[in-house]
Amino acid sequence: MMLIPCPWCGPRDESEFHYGGQAGVAYPADPAALSDEEWARYLFFRDNPKGPFRERWSHSAGCRRWFNLVRDTVTNEVLG
Amino acid sequence: MTADRNFRRSPLHDLRDRLATLSGAITVTETPFLAQINVRASTPPSSHPGDVNVLALGPDEFLVVGPPGAEDRLLAEYRAPGVSVVDVSAQRTALDLSGPAVRELLAFGCSIDLHPRVFAIGDCAQTVLAHTPVVVQRRESGFRILVRASFAAHLAAWILDVSPELTSGH
Repeated sequence: MMLIPCPWCGPRDESEFHYGGQAGVAYPADPAALSDEEWARYLFFRDNPKGPFRERWSHSAGCRRWFNLVRDTVTNEVLG
Repeated sequence: MTADRNFRRSPLHDLRDRLATLSGAITVTETPFLAQINVRASTPPSSHPGDVNVLALGPDEFLVVGPPGAEDRLLAEYRAPGVSVVDVSAQRTALDLSGPAVRELLAFGCSIDLHPRVFAIGDCAQTVLAHTPVVVQRRESGFRILVRASFAAHLAAWILDVSPELTSGH
């Protein structure tokens, strides 16, 4: 079980959280102008690094706020 | 307000007698029908002396807990421009826990540190107790657990289940 530092509630068990995938995926400025491939790339393609990964988490059993976290995908160490 | 209170039945009405059998190491009583107002505001609502508690649920979300029947008064009091106030009294019931073994009991089902050193009187936390989402509030007399009405029976049954295992306070 990971201990995840919620910016509002402090460190809590991983089971209180909801995972939101990669952080910083911007919504396309003009979605209608995208080709199907570009749209699919926006919807489904995500980085899968071995190492530090910036991702979204929601403290769903606590303050219910979303926040960003950098986690090392090899060690599960929270880097900030 | 809405329902005729004479016919209200608390979520733990049927478990009241069984909870009353606990004594000594842990005492559990339901405090039903508390007025609960959810306040969304960028600044904390002014805290209240006496029988009204303001619990911080998030950076811009607060739960004002008052005595039964105070809903209308609290709604009027906290209503302001840019502030959302919603009566959520029916959502949760309160379990008041006290006794020397109360922290030991909570530790069976809740992983956060409730030691007075880090969880002082008046502090509150939203967390999970026995797989149930709850608001835990530290009070002078012990702990108040605000639990959703539909989960209250489960939580009370869990307390009854765990309490024979308590070692402290005997």
